[in-house]
Amino acid sequence: MQFGIFTVGDVTADPTTGRTPSEHERIKAMVTIAQKAEEVGLDVFATGEHHNPPFVPSSPTTMLGYIAARTDHLILSTSTTLITTNDPVKIAEDFAMLQHLADGRVDLMMGRGNTGPVYPWFGKDIRQGIPLAVENYALLHKLWHEEVVDWAGRFRTPLQSFTSTPRPLDGVPPFVWHGSIRSPEIAEQAAYYGDGFFANNIFWPKEHFRRLIDLYRDRFEHYGHGTRDQAVVGLGGQVFMRQNSQDAVREFRPYFDNAPVYGHGPSLEEFTEQTPLTVGSPQQVIERTLSFRETFGDYQRQLFLMDHAGLPLKTVLEQLDILGEQVVPVLREEFAKGRPAEVPDGPTHQALVTRRDTEAREQEVTA
Amino acid sequence: MTTASNDAVTHRATGADTGVARTLVVVTAGLSQPSSTRLLADRLTDATRRQVTGTSDLTVRVIELRALATDIAQSMVTGFPGPALRDALDAVTSADALIAVTPVFTGSYSGLFKSFFDVIDKDALAGTPVLIGATGGTARHSLVLEHAMRPLFSYLRTVVVPTAVYAASEDWGTGGGDHDLAARIDRAAAELAALMQARSPARVTEEAVVPFAQQLAALAVDG
Repeated sequence: MQFGIFTVGDVTADPTTGRTPSEHERIKAMVTIAQKAEEVGLDVFATGEHHNPPFVPSSPTTMLGYIAARTDHLILSTSTTLITTNDPVKIAEDFAMLQHLADGRVDLMMGRGNTGPVYPWFGKDIRQGIPLAVENYALLHKLWHEEVVDWAGRFRTPLQSFTSTPRPLDGVPPFVWHGSIRSPEIAEQAAYYGDGFFANNIFWPKEHFRRLIDLYRDRFEHYGHGTRDQAVVGLGGQVFMRQNSQDAVREFRPYFDNAPVYGHGPSLEEFTEQTPLTVGSPQQVIERTLSFRETFGDYQRQLFLMDHAGLPLKTVLEQLDILGEQVVPVLREEFAKGRPAEVPDGPTHQALVTRRDTEAREQEVTA
Repeated sequence: MTTASNDAVTHRATGADTGVARTLVVVTAGLSQPSSTRLLADRLTDATRRQVTGTSDLTVRVIELRALATDIAQSMVTGFPGPALRDALDAVTSADALIAVTPVFTGSYSGLFKSFFDVIDKDALAGTPVLIGATGGTARHSLVLEHAMRPLFSYLRTVVVPTAVYAASEDWGTGGGDHDLAARIDRAAAELAALMQARSPARVTEEAVVPFAQQLAALAVDG
């Protein structure tokens, strides 16, 4: 089981002071937050991709490459990489390069994005969102698994005798997650390839995500990648903690009330009841997070959203201390209890290399 | 039946020929209590009930949007419906027929009425028979039904009955003749009942997944 954080990369005014950080400050803060994640013993840092203000992370592999050089163990990932509007050839190249530089500590999450104008800005038709996700990923998959690629599709110029370089590290491409908030087609896509499925799990009630994850597990088994319990599931989550839960609620409320996505809507109390948001003591966060397993089954990766809505860097770093020191160690211990042996751990490069080698040996024996 | 709460009532039609159970959902956007919009909705509901003959069980569920006003606004902001609104949306989207009644505000349906239908998935009501009604202070606004309500429900690909019922204040005090309010209510109700009974009972559709190979084939891509 892997634990980490994912960031949207928003530049938002702190509602308690009215101060807005500069883009430069925010970018540097994201790097500091990633380093802190490694320092407190987390496994994963993932960044979003956006192409409009007030968001800064337009160039994820640049940022992740820099973080890779300043960390040793942290897995660097995305949440998400836009499979609709990026050229799949460039994704193949950029992430293979990052994978080499980071010695394999890289995976990525495919997403379609939720900002309409990004499609036309990048010359794409938003009405083709799902077909773009399907075709572009088919090409990306091919580029990473086949040395020489001939390709003709609907959305990009054809390729003849094209080799994407560098080739994936050890001949094993980065692990791929597919993230979706509402589309069963994407759960189906993840299952078809035997890739991971990540449910954002933040803005919507859990029943909604349970349906998507159940579908993904069923179809993962249908396509012969293993049993439904062996499907690779990741979940988002959102927490704010203080030792005393009333202090957490008092401190977080102005950030909640003015948050870009859900602010000025339901009360903090209503939202925590209806969504996985937990604001309270570390113990409350532990209990809530452990309940995810009851809803979704044993899973592989838990990412928390910690640095949004204008929370100052100092506060975010304090949150990461609490997460790393008081929450995640307990979660690791508790999630390990009663976890069936056949349920896989969170994906790592080394595990994928080992699996590839084992499968190759088995094939030799069979042959 | 003039309570303002969201209630469900099972009505056993006499002389029913089969055991078909159907659900009629009534959406009313009146704000005052009691409201003439609710009054019109109840009259339309009762008339529809009387017209239903081929159904052994008719469940009627009335949804007062006033009680959901905050939930609707919050759903706009968060992108997901809270429990009470979710329940109402499920009822509306699984109904065999709808009656939708709004007061006329500033030349059109009320904002609350529109907002409720804004949070419904655009495909969720396709094919559903709908009876539309509106209330207003004078008869001058009656074309709201044809110029605002009917296009809204056409966009949602519902089947709107030919007779739409408008009730101005004065209609509650006039009677007699072929064109009075009661006659229009009966005609509209008969149209709705006929459409509802001609339709197979509402089905709960599981989200159908297109197999991935088919998605690839549609693009002529070899995965």
